[in-house]
Amino acid sequence: MSKLPPNYSVQTRTRASSISAIVALVLVVVAIALPAFASRSLIQDMFFILTMLVLAQFWNLLAGYGGLVSVGQQAFVGIGAYAMFGVVILLGFDPVASILIGGIAALVLAIPTAFFAFRLQGAYFAIGTWVIAEVVRLLVAQWKSVGGGTGTSLPRSATSDMWFTGTIETLFDVKSAAARDILAYWLAVVLAVATIAGIYWLLRTKRGLGLAAVRDNIEAAKSVGVDAVRMKWLVFLVSAFGTGLAGGLIYLQKARISPDAAFSLQDWTAYVIFIVVIGGIGTIEGPILGVLVFFILQSLLADYGSWYLMVLGLIGIAIMLFAPRGLWGLFSDRTGIELFPVRRRLTGGRLSATLPSSKEE
Amino acid sequence: MAILALKNVSKSFGALKVTDDVSFEVPEGQALGIIGPNGAGKSTLFNLITGNISADSGTVEFLGRDVTRTLARQRCLAGIGRSFQIPQPFSKLTVYENLLVAATFGRDRSEREVAQTCAVILERTELIAKANQPAGGLSLLERKRLELARAMATHPKLLLLDEIAGGLTDGECQSLIETIKAIHAEGVTIIWIEHVLHALNSVVERLLVLDFGRVIGIGEPAAIMESKEVREIYLGIDI
Repeated sequence: MSKLPPNYSVQTRTRASSISAIVALVLVVVAIALPAFASRSLIQDMFFILTMLVLAQFWNLLAGYGGLVSVGQQAFVGIGAYAMFGVVILLGFDPVASILIGGIAALVLAIPTAFFAFRLQGAYFAIGTWVIAEVVRLLVAQWKSVGGGTGTSLPRSATSDMWFTGTIETLFDVKSAAARDILAYWLAVVLAVATIAGIYWLLRTKRGLGLAAVRDNIEAAKSVGVDAVRMKWLVFLVSAFGTGLAGGLIYLQKARISPDAAFSLQDWTAYVIFIVVIGGIGTIEGPILGVLVFFILQSLLADYGSWYLMVLGLIGIAIMLFAPRGLWGLFSDRTGIELFPVRRRLTGGRLSATLPSSKEE
Repeated sequence: MAILALKNVSKSFGALKVTDDVSFEVPEGQALGIIGPNGAGKSTLFNLITGNISADSGTVEFLGRDVTRTLARQRCLAGIGRSFQIPQPFSKLTVYENLLVAATFGRDRSEREVAQTCAVILERTELIAKANQPAGGLSLLERKRLELARAMATHPKLLLLDEIAGGLTDGECQSLIETIKAIHAEGVTIIWIEHVLHALNSVVERLLVLDFGRVIGIGEPAAIMESKEVREIYLGIDI
């Protein structure tokens, strides 16, 4: 065995990731400038895509990295939306600032939810989170001042003089409703970029490494010093906060809320799971690809009623059977391309001098 | 000084007493082998020492401190490293990242600080060529080596090896023994559970025999192997 001082270094960046960083920057600039030349319906479609992407990224963080398969994320969308409506209607806050309250409300709800749900494992955890979400929906439906079971709308006074809308109206020469869409869209761009950047940053830190270890093997992770419980709390709370922000933002744009819509299992969890699964769980690229496929399918099948859900289901099953790592996984396995690499690759030392043939010394 | 001391440790799973009033000490720097038939409670004893399961009664002392009620993670930070009988790699992470987890969390260091250390351990355990491959794709020998390497990355004062030579060919076994000997020579205390007796006896200075959760003998390997009780119970030889 050689006693030479080894000279190893560690790399995470790849060539594809350097290119993708530049492309991402260009895309963000285009996305910000989009309202200047795009139609209102395109802005609304983009808003839908971006908010679903945020929900998908957080569900992916939970399930793909934290191993926490929650089917109760609609609890955080709903509570975020209702908290936003609550402070606007009851306290007269500005809706834009109230989105933050939505995130905080979801974070607060996540603490008791985690306390109970973390006692459950696997499928029981999934069912547990679902039950908690239903309980929250039933409780919120009793809240009479925000419309109880039938729901309510944002007051006209709050929506008409919302922050920044006046400026947007004069800037693009549009009506107040269109200005609100543009504002919501810009906030969605900010939220989506912050979400992806934040998750990518987290995964590249030491905590991200610990999270991956807990996902792969919790007993072994504990035995090498990883605080598995703290990791689970971290991802659960972060996901709840982000999902709550998205909930507040979605209902700022809708401007009308009801418990059944805001706590919809289908809209805020089932579709989100579909997006992550078809795109590729456990990758940042997966949900991005998944949300685009989901949007295209939804546009194509919009006129076919319940056939739409059946086709979605069949596609989901087919992908799980034939490409368990999703469409991005399929592409990445073939090409080796990773746009958001988190892998720490050891280079130099013996690895550069001799190729893998020198296995036995 | 004893680095590890178990005093009257017991553990039951339901009605089954898997660890029955076990007491023994391991002096610092020693290599202790643990033998016993299948189901004797050897792996349970390890889990009690590492904190993966907690004792019903009795105390576990490490470096003079009572650690009976501390978590596995805390015992790792205190200096207890382990390998698992059935290798438990972080399968989606690379071999290098497996060590990185252990070195950063097990020693509370940053990734930058431990990069070289991890590379050196990979060289020593002959895994360096596989450094950037996912651990899920390793062969049995490589998985066993990874168990050893990952335990080493936590920089243990006490290293627990659970049947690390099991299922290997003689040649594979021999190179693993050399690595373990070298680690022991650096002053790391070792407790090693093993069925491959010739491997065990080439390293350990003392042998402990476990049967039905009880310690039925502890002492010099030669004397233990010769004792009537051990031959009867462990080797199944009727005298």
